[in-house]
Amino acid sequence: MTTSVSAPAALASAKRRTGRGLDRGFRYLAVGSGVLIVAVLASVAVFLLIRAWPALRAGESISSEVGWIPAGSSVLSVIGPLVFGTVLAAIVALVIAVPVAVGIALFISHYAPRRIANALGYMVDLLAAIPSVVYGLWGVMVLAPMLHPIFQWMVKWLGWIPLFAGDSAGNASNPPRVLMTAALVLAVMILPIITAVCREVFLTTPPLHEEAALALGATRWEMIRMAVLPYGRSGIISAAMLGLGRALGETMAVLMVLSPGLAYSFKLLVASQQQTIAANIAAKFNDATEMGVSALIATGLALFVITMAVNMVARGIVARRKDFSGAN
Amino acid sequence: MASTNTVPEVTAEDLRRSLSRVDPARKRTDVIMRVVVYIAFALAMAPLISLVWSVLVRGVGRLDTYFLLNSMRNVFGGMDAGGAYHAIVGTLVITGWAALISVPIGLMVAIYLVEYGTGRLAKAVTFLVDVMTGIPSIVAGLFAFALFYLLIGPQKAGIIGSVALALLMTPVVIRSSEEMLRLVPNELREASYALGVPKWLTTIKVVLRTAVAGLTTGVMLAIARVIGETAPLIITVGMTNSINNDVFRENMMTLPVYVWQQFGLGLVPCREGATDCIATINFDRAWAAALTLILIVMLLNLVARGVSRWFAPKVRG
Amino acid sequence: MKRVRASVVALACAGLVAVSLTACGSDDPTGQGTGGESTSLRGTLNGGGASSQGAAQEAWIAGFQSANQGVTVNYTKSDSGAGRKGLLDGSLKYAGTDSALSLEEIAGSTSICQGGQAFNVPVYISPIAVAFNIPGVDSLDLSAETVAKIFDGTITTWGDAAITADNADVAAQLTGPISVMYRSDDSGTTRNFAEYLSKAAPEVWTYDVSSSFPVSKDTFQGQNGTSAVVQGIQAGTGTIGYADASAIGSLGTVQILVGDEFVGPTAEAAATTLDDSERSTEGRADNDVVFSINRTTTAPGAYPVILISYLAVCDTYATQTEADLVKGFLEYVVSVEGQDQAASAAGSAPISDALRAELRQAISGISAKG
Repeated sequence: MTTSVSAPAALASAKRRTGRGLDRGFRYLAVGSGVLIVAVLASVAVFLLIRAWPALRAGESISSEVGWIPAGSSVLSVIGPLVFGTVLAAIVALVIAVPVAVGIALFISHYAPRRIANALGYMVDLLAAIPSVVYGLWGVMVLAPMLHPIFQWMVKWLGWIPLFAGDSAGNASNPPRVLMTAALVLAVMILPIITAVCREVFLTTPPLHEEAALALGATRWEMIRMAVLPYGRSGIISAAMLGLGRALGETMAVLMVLSPGLAYSFKLLVASQQQTIAANIAAKFNDATEMGVSALIATGLALFVITMAVNMVARGIVARRKDFSGAN
Repeated sequence: MASTNTVPEVTAEDLRRSLSRVDPARKRTDVIMRVVVYIAFALAMAPLISLVWSVLVRGVGRLDTYFLLNSMRNVFGGMDAGGAYHAIVGTLVITGWAALISVPIGLMVAIYLVEYGTGRLAKAVTFLVDVMTGIPSIVAGLFAFALFYLLIGPQKAGIIGSVALALLMTPVVIRSSEEMLRLVPNELREASYALGVPKWLTTIKVVLRTAVAGLTTGVMLAIARVIGETAPLIITVGMTNSINNDVFRENMMTLPVYVWQQFGLGLVPCREGATDCIATINFDRAWAAALTLILIVMLLNLVARGVSRWFAPKVRG
Repeated sequence: MKRVRASVVALACAGLVAVSLTACGSDDPTGQGTGGESTSLRGTLNGGGASSQGAAQEAWIAGFQSANQGVTVNYTKSDSGAGRKGLLDGSLKYAGTDSALSLEEIAGSTSICQGGQAFNVPVYISPIAVAFNIPGVDSLDLSAETVAKIFDGTITTWGDAAITADNADVAAQLTGPISVMYRSDDSGTTRNFAEYLSKAAPEVWTYDVSSSFPVSKDTFQGQNGTSAVVQGIQAGTGTIGYADASAIGSLGTVQILVGDEFVGPTAEAAATTLDDSERSTEGRADNDVVFSINRTTTAPGAYPVILISYLAVCDTYATQTEADLVKGFLEYVVSVEGQDQAASAAGSAPISDALRAELRQAISGISAKG
């Protein structure tokens, strides 16, 4: 209460000076700000569409004006492989990150001693704050050199899986500026956010459910499988979607690590096959002509639409879950 | 109940053993899963520790007052000179402007959601703010570029980057402010209304004042979140090697972009026997700048948490 | 001695940062500023384009800025095409470009050049090295055909007879697959390299000459920018790529068969090729100095894989300040001092005195409108 003690005296005098007008003005200001948010989000789409329009309209003639678009292609036909590369990188990252993140979240919520758990939770939060350019720097200068022997081994023994196929000489690319490296860096980057959400969800498991399971003689893992995971399933899904949204839009890590190409290729260990939208924009933007910028913005619009859809689904799940848990 | 009668031969010893022991298969699964969880944890910590460690070890060598207080003007090749001062200034100025834009808007939206918001618009705003947190940073950069293209044509300036960062920062400010405002007990508001104080003044003098520590924390965390953004600044602010603290004119340098630029310059091909030439100078500068950036982010985080701990009002008392 | 400032300064600075941002930082990290002459030149000059002349640009900018304290020059390294287009849409005041402005581009420059015309000034002559990373090998002798076949993907292993035949002394080290690094961005280095291959090995290299690399194989890796190519070559083994000779550092280089001797990428060898090349004058104004490089030269000691990088500028600018800045900067670049700076920083071949006189003449024609 200490902070508001002096209020009444000040307020009483202020009251005389103020009519209903100010009150209404403040209200409009607040509502206006709310409307502004809606307007800003809409205007992002509108501005991007306006700037993208020349490139979309230019059709195939654009390939003669913009160097990175292969001859005879339109913007729409290069958005295809870019979206493919973006989604592939994000999904591979997700496949790596989600099981590990669930593991860490369980470790923090159900295995580690309470005291350590709090410190670890705080550490994970801090790691989420490390700038992406630092992850990129680490990925290309520290991680990549360590990966080549592993990739070479994967090509040798797992090469029959199309994802791990080598190049025509039967090798993994060296230096490993390949999608797998980029996806690994992305996985490390999205770990903290997925972990944070999962941990929150696991911690909110009703203690009654857990105690009931334990009382029935369940081991710790059985308790987790019967009580924690089912309760947290939608939470894990939405955490994964949030991570996916992050990975789709991440620029620097991919830009610094990946050697780009524009193919519909599943080869994760071969360089110059795929490229992501965000990295492509950052790589080409400063060299781009007016038409080139327009083409890049068109690809950015595609990225915007994809990430918005993913985020809306994720938030939708979270919101639904909130309603349910309220009813419980 | 009849079943209890079918095993009369069981001794008390056996019974105790079978009740206190878990089926070996179940026990094995439990142990395996425990190991798996521990491994997952170790697996995740390895890259994160490696990252922090490499930044620390490789960055600390160049990080001194000379590095922090000098720009890169007239520095080229493998010269043992040059620092990140211009980038630090750029980062602070651009992020400052981003905060200046996003904090008032974010605060007003939070006030709207907590104090005024009802019905469809409030629901829509809540949802859209959540969605906005997921805007890819490069798209925010493109938006700012497209916006200013209409106003001033194809130019680069710090303020364009600030607008891009503000777009990323606003939803974070709204989310955290909203949480803080909701923590303010309704009794405070009601007491104020009972004294005849209008709603707007109650909001400013009672609600905001009570929540000020939490709000500050939220804003600082939001700043920490955007201060490391690189991609939108590459396309809106550009780079320079000299100090420029005018956000409205010409290229500026920022720390994350500096890291990227120095990395991109790569190894210097020093001539044999050259004395004032360090082959890895660009990488050294990149690591030192990365360390500086991490330190700034960590400092913001720590101060933010400190603020919320030390200055939080004891409203619960 | 540059590091003597006490940490007290840092503390004081932290406090002052909010008040006055330039108060304690220094824009003179090399510690030579106060000694330099102060001239009347003032303002910011934005240029950009070819990354091949990036190292030389840094040296020129440093030299020019030290001589003119009030001037800031920014050179954005991207590619030649971006530089030329930047000049023609007015966002850059000068462009660095590895292929001279074409006649159409010059014709289209009238409005941005205030009724005048843009022209080319050759300022940077440098060999393009074919660099590789094979442990224990610092030099390989190859013919133009063999180089073309490697970059075409026809020769895929180092043990290929075409390679080992000319390099019997290191044949034991020549094993394993070849991994080719190329530029994934549009680049004048690629254009010059491809032009050389198409002239010197026309049967093998049948692609159209353009600034983007034409071959795509899964053993090839595209890299964004000169330094990324060099890093790519360094990071792998059995890698080969092409890059401006100034950037390749300690990597092994290919000696190319010219006439009947193998020649390496040195500044002198590049200058010899230029001496054996002709001016392309057709349709060009007197101030527009453009060379057509003789790729098939057989002059002794000539290295024909060279790149001539130009500065493209307008002859008329909107304001006196802009004109003075561009003129001052170009005068410095072509001066003996400027060319020596570039030679020591980037290993380029300095321009000859005769060419310098001609370029000075052209540069003196830069003026403001009115």
